[in-house]
Amino acid sequence: MAEGPIISFDKVNKWFGDFHVLRDIDLNVTKGERIVICGPSGSGKSTLIRCINRLEAHQRGSIIVDGIELNDDLKNIDSIRSEVGMVFQSFNLFPHMTVKDNLVIGQHLVRRVPKRDAEDIAITYLKRVKILDQIDKYPGQLSGGQQQRVAIARSLCMKPKIMLFDEVTSALDPEMVKEVLDVMIDLAKEGMTMLVVTHEMGFAREVADRVMFMDEGQIIEENKPDNFFDRPQSDRAKLFLSQILHQ
Amino acid sequence: MEPSNIPFKQPQPAPHQTTGILGWIKINFFSSWFNSLITIVLAYTIFVLADFFIQWAFINAVWFGESAKACPNSNGACWAFVTDRWPLFVYGLYPKELYWRVNIVYVLAAITIISFLYSYGRWTRYFRITMVIFFPLLAYIFLLGDSFDLEYVAPENFGGLLLTLVIASISILGSIPLGIILALGRTSELTVISKVCTYFIEFWRGVPHIVVIVMFVALLPIFIPDGSKIDVVVRAFIAFAAFNSAYMAEVFRGGLQSIPIGQFEASRAIGMSYWKMMGYIILPQAIRNSIPAMMNTCIGIFKETTIVMLIGFSDLLGIIQISLESSDWVGPPHIFSSAYTFAAICYFIFTYGMSKYSSRLENRSNIEQY
Ligand SMILES: Nc1ncnc2c1ncn2[C@@H]1O[C@H](COP(=O)(O)OP(=O)(O)OP(=O)(O)O)[C@@H](O)[C@H]1O
Ligand SMILES: [Mg+2]
Repeated sequence: MAEGPIISFDKVNKWFGDFHVLRDIDLNVTKGERIVICGPSGSGKSTLIRCINRLEAHQRGSIIVDGIELNDDLKNIDSIRSEVGMVFQSFNLFPHMTVKDNLVIGQHLVRRVPKRDAEDIAITYLKRVKILDQIDKYPGQLSGGQQQRVAIARSLCMKPKIMLFDEVTSALDPEMVKEVLDVMIDLAKEGMTMLVVTHEMGFAREVADRVMFMDEGQIIEENKPDNFFDRPQSDRAKLFLSQILHQ
Repeated sequence: MEPSNIPFKQPQPAPHQTTGILGWIKINFFSSWFNSLITIVLAYTIFVLADFFIQWAFINAVWFGESAKACPNSNGACWAFVTDRWPLFVYGLYPKELYWRVNIVYVLAAITIISFLYSYGRWTRYFRITMVIFFPLLAYIFLLGDSFDLEYVAPENFGGLLLTLVIASISILGSIPLGIILALGRTSELTVISKVCTYFIEFWRGVPHIVVIVMFVALLPIFIPDGSKIDVVVRAFIAFAAFNSAYMAEVFRGGLQSIPIGQFEASRAIGMSYWKMMGYIILPQAIRNSIPAMMNTCIGIFKETTIVMLIGFSDLLGIIQISLESSDWVGPPHIFSSAYTFAAICYFIFTYGMSKYSSRLENRSNIEQY
């Protein structure tokens, strides 16, 4: 029996006041798929993925995540958020807690995992992002790359089915980008469903099943990464790629 | 040698300061002719003032005596006034034979405060939590009585330092939680709640406190017929809590606004409910960020307690004034200056303690965060 998509957008529209950010977005993601989203600044990439865990609410069309339709029902929102992990450009670790507590608190408060077990899970994931030795430090004592890996581990501790990444390497110094991308590549290899907003072409080529190119609130072009980067179809994608290549 | 085997340079002790005290003085006070001039002028001024104060407060002071006759000279402080009236300043009109009950409360308060200043690990924390919960209860039982075979003492008899401290602690401890709730309400997305809290805050902030106090104590029974049944002291406490919580609310709102939006988003993305997000992520940070402004408000509250004089209560300042008018001590104006110097010193001891404590808290949270 063929499974339905884990995420499906049907003619999704969103406005910020009068500004039409998302225009008739149709999108289907199957389980285990890795999608890279790119496009110029202000094109609505962040808004699109933030609609998936309803950090932003859409106004027209429908979004179904793991069989649950997103609407104003609070219960739906909570159950979606517990299945969708999100990593941000600015890390957003909780600065008043140690790394360990950052990882434990969500499990304990939201998934009601007992503290002991939550700590074991935290240790497992810190090992996976290769940062176990920092477990008792505060986020402010870590480098950007380390903080971002803690943030990824924090999301993974919640055992999400889907992971969203919003330009997670763009605030990092160049030498730290790789350590974060490596963690994401490992995750992709394990079969996590991932939506990644990024301009890292190497990463896209290595892991993405599809690359989506957005401009002015629309998905303009969608293709396998090699096809997209080597033979973009639309003029806007060509222009965009030439710009990021010449940076 | 392989590159990876090159030994690290051993850490070395920081170089000694070789300049000595004289060098330090030169650097800090006499680094240029202009700075030297300022140093000399300031030093002379301080010397003159200090000399005057020591002459006045110690050398020429009269320490004991039973009436204004004990202090004939105006060139020295008349501490006799303070020592003579000391019990009145500390206990107000509390019955003499029950002073021990007040003493117990003072001692408990001192222990609680000390437990917040020094930490001996986990037990200190349990002790603090216990005291925070039980101290108000114990204070209530011992001061008012009327339970456990303790004789009832009406709050009208509280006075002096006792009354000042009781009003200040109730106002401070009451306005902090109320202020947090109001701040959360004001920043809430629910328009009705946010509007109600906003108007509440704006109203209490906008009306002079004297008006509020008089309104509560004198006018409340007129507007609410049953209001007169509520004790006058309780009404005064409610008034204090009302306007002080409005100030606290604004302090905390500032703290809330200092939290980056990413903290809210990350908590939400993990699936935390509003209350969990606020309780575990946002408020702990917001409160830390508000400590300096909060302490500022607390010090203000402490000093403001003196306006209860207007409704006939005798707090520390009130008792001092009344005593100055008593037949034994009425007379020479230099007793006035001694009395008010004493009041200033009392208030300063408490407010300075609060400000020191707040800077300690700030330093500690800075260390934890960065
Ligand atoms: N809360 C908001 N209120 C009003 N306008 C907003 C809001 N958030 C985003 N926008 C606008 O919506 C548009 C799309 O924003 P979005 O953050 O999705 O872009 P993006 O593609 O992620 O861009 P970037 O690459 O710069 O992150 C932008 O023009 C932005 O100014
Ligand atoms: Mg963005």
